[in-house]
Amino acid sequence: MSKKIGDVILDLQNISLRFGGVKALTDISFDVRQHEIRAIIGPNGAGKSSMLNVINGVYHPQEGRIYWHGEERKRMEPHMAARQNIARTFQNIALFKGMTVLDNIMTGRITKMKSNFIEHALWFGRARKEELEHRCKVEEVIDFLEIQHIRKTPVGRLPYGLQKRVELARALAAEPSMLLLDEPMAGMNVEEKQDMCRFILDVNDQFGTTIVLIEHDMGVVMDISDRVVVLDYGKKIGDGVPDEVKNNEDVIKAYLGAGH
Amino acid sequence: MPAEANFSSLDGLHTFPRLLFNHASTRAAAPAMREKHLGIWQTWSWADVAERVRALACGLSALGFKRGDNLAIIGDNRPHLYMMMTAAQCLGGVPVPLYQDAVASEMCFVLQDAGIRFAVVEDQEQVDKMLEVMGEVSTLAHVIYDDPRGMRHYTQPFLHDIHELMEMGRIHDRNHADFLDAEIEQGSFDDISVMLYTSGTTGKPKGVCQTHAAFIAAARGGVEVDRLGADGDILSYLPMAWVGDHLFSYAQALVAGFTINCPESGETVMTDLREIGPTCYFAPPRVFESLLTSVMIRMEDAGKIKQAMFHYFMAVAKRCGADILDRKSVGIADRLLYGLGNLLIYGPLRNVLGMSRIRVAYTAGAAIGPELFRFYRSMGINLKQFYGQTETCAYVCLQPDGQIKFDSVGQPAPGVDIRIADNGEVLVRGPMLLKEYYKRPDATAESINADGYFMTGDAGFLDDDGHLKIIDRAKDVGKLRNGAMFAPNYIENKLKFFQYIKEAVCFGHEREMVCAFVNIDVGAVGNWAERRGIAYSGYADLAGKPEVLTLIRECVEQINGDLVHEAMVADSQIHRFLVLHKELDPDDDELTRTRKVRRNFVAEKYKVLIDALYAGKSSQFIETEVKFEDGRRGKVSADLSILAAKTFPIVTKAA
Repeated sequence: MSKKIGDVILDLQNISLRFGGVKALTDISFDVRQHEIRAIIGPNGAGKSSMLNVINGVYHPQEGRIYWHGEERKRMEPHMAARQNIARTFQNIALFKGMTVLDNIMTGRITKMKSNFIEHALWFGRARKEELEHRCKVEEVIDFLEIQHIRKTPVGRLPYGLQKRVELARALAAEPSMLLLDEPMAGMNVEEKQDMCRFILDVNDQFGTTIVLIEHDMGVVMDISDRVVVLDYGKKIGDGVPDEVKNNEDVIKAYLGAGH
Repeated sequence: MPAEANFSSLDGLHTFPRLLFNHASTRAAAPAMREKHLGIWQTWSWADVAERVRALACGLSALGFKRGDNLAIIGDNRPHLYMMMTAAQCLGGVPVPLYQDAVASEMCFVLQDAGIRFAVVEDQEQVDKMLEVMGEVSTLAHVIYDDPRGMRHYTQPFLHDIHELMEMGRIHDRNHADFLDAEIEQGSFDDISVMLYTSGTTGKPKGVCQTHAAFIAAARGGVEVDRLGADGDILSYLPMAWVGDHLFSYAQALVAGFTINCPESGETVMTDLREIGPTCYFAPPRVFESLLTSVMIRMEDAGKIKQAMFHYFMAVAKRCGADILDRKSVGIADRLLYGLGNLLIYGPLRNVLGMSRIRVAYTAGAAIGPELFRFYRSMGINLKQFYGQTETCAYVCLQPDGQIKFDSVGQPAPGVDIRIADNGEVLVRGPMLLKEYYKRPDATAESINADGYFMTGDAGFLDDDGHLKIIDRAKDVGKLRNGAMFAPNYIENKLKFFQYIKEAVCFGHEREMVCAFVNIDVGAVGNWAERRGIAYSGYADLAGKPEVLTLIRECVEQINGDLVHEAMVADSQIHRFLVLHKELDPDDDELTRTRKVRRNFVAEKYKVLIDALYAGKSSQFIETEVKFEDGRRGKVSADLSILAAKTFPIVTKAA
């Protein structure tokens, strides 16, 4: 399988993030290239989720610069990240449990809606036409992720593995150019993991979506990632293609718990 | 009755392509096929279907498909795959549908046996299987796929997108306008229209060659008896390789001209059923059973008033519902009550089940429990059984309206002649018989006797009203040590009528007593356990719970209580049994793809368990290999308890 990895689209330089006296991230630099699958790994508390939150503007690092498509990014809020076509899923599923799968995925389209609140409430004007277009897109995502059978099921009634898939669907509905996945496979059984891997690879391949993911399952990470960055205690200890990282002394130490 | 007599006088519509193009010219705009795509039902009219079939046939021909070639068809029920069948038939080729859930190595035999050069498959999953077997199936030269998803990086020149094939065909058709019509004209009713492989309960699968005449005769007979019209709808969701689907979704649809509806995916069938509201529905008994179970489970969670209403009106239905459906005389009070029940309970329930418009529902393939059968009929659903084999186009016996008996499969269908051999075997003759087994003259000669009767291999008898009753497979009927008849299927079916028991295998031939393996139904037993606060971690754990074993023992003892009153089988009471730690599964070769138990295989695989049953042990350790859906293998092991069930002394009734 050949795929074209493009230029650097996200460049993080010397990022440091502190919460009071706690140093979450210390002087971390790495980049993400277009169309690649970039994994962030590291032991518990290494700062992986913080890193993701920095990328989509939930946290604002005290030091460092972030370049998005070559332009330096100023202080940014999460909804602005969404407008820049960055979508994400969460470590703890963050769906609306009482709503159906379909409605949950529709919320992923919100940034694309042009009609205003009143038009929506009255089902008037642009709202109707727009809703049909969005539903069409959402149906494509449903088809892509093979969740037709739960279209009308409230999310709260679904097993964990499927809820994760619905979360991915909602992120995909936004047609993101970059997708941030926070432990997409945590707590899944082997079969569910295989399915999820296949979907991630398909998304990357078919839509050309750049993917940044955090994952604990080393087998999965080494199999599907193009490049891996390793964090430990808020510091970067390794960066490169899976084979390099696998043989990196510091990484082995961090994972085997030796030397500390 | 020779096939020619049936057709010489008819309107020239004696092959499936002719039937299709006739619908396309007489009822061009009527719906022929529907498929749910991206959440919306898409409709193809007969004219649309005819246009596509034309394009597909010409495309196939452009690729080099010739008269007499076999075309493998592998996938879920998709309109394009049904169209491909007709397309192959237009060119005088033979479609060979395969079971789509089989793994590549299982497909290998059929692909080799049929000398497949062309295969039409649904999606990437099936394409991968074809690539896997390509080395072994040397004839395979072209693979056409319907769904392009995930196929972007497949560059092999022998892979073709079905849409490209159609485009190619349209160009071919423009350049050679007379070509296809001439090909269709050459088709004769005596040509083989389809080759369906038997599921292989015994030995290697055999290709059953059926002619256009045979399937059209079978379809006409069924359509006539049950008055299926062109305005009907059917949900096509059973494997295309199965004779029943070919009869209902293909032959009958083309003969009667009704609409076939393809579900969105295997898991959405129940939703799609509700949305379509088919007029004719087919399901094996286990589907009807799981529907009933889900209704009952949900009823238990309903409010008090609803529950009371449900139970009251179900009692009314039980008393008079079936009789009302059969147009027998019923008292005025009951009629009024039933009418009220219909308004409050039966109607809404039918609607929930997607059966509001059902004119006739069929079940076959296994025996259906009398309770279950009566439940659906009493609710006003015209549920019927029928009987037939791949070799007879699934068309031997039908139950005519008003003459439904739950323990018989009905009367011989129009044109079918039934005889019972001296050993009790059912013999049939008629226009729907197979032409031959593919490349197996020996097998053909063995299965059809000198008088032209096909030997079904089923043991049965005709009752006083001329209804056929099937007891068991003739070869499975054995004898206990004391000489009494032992019909394992008969007992297993009785066991399976309990909602808690999914599958059972009985042993007893040449033994002094009958013993059984039981598979629990994880849905029903799981629910039962939850209600009692019994915690369990999975199938094996649940199956080993002492409470569950007691539950199953009660079921077995109830069967024994029944059996003792039936003189023929009173000796077959189950003395000892065990509950298996894993479900019998086609992937592990324990069941056929149509989910029939492969008795000998199971007996061999679990020999230690059988020995333990008969040795009087109270438990036995077993380790078995299982195959997962992705082809990996694993092992499961368990210490199985063996239980004794109470048996009843046989009382010989004074005459």
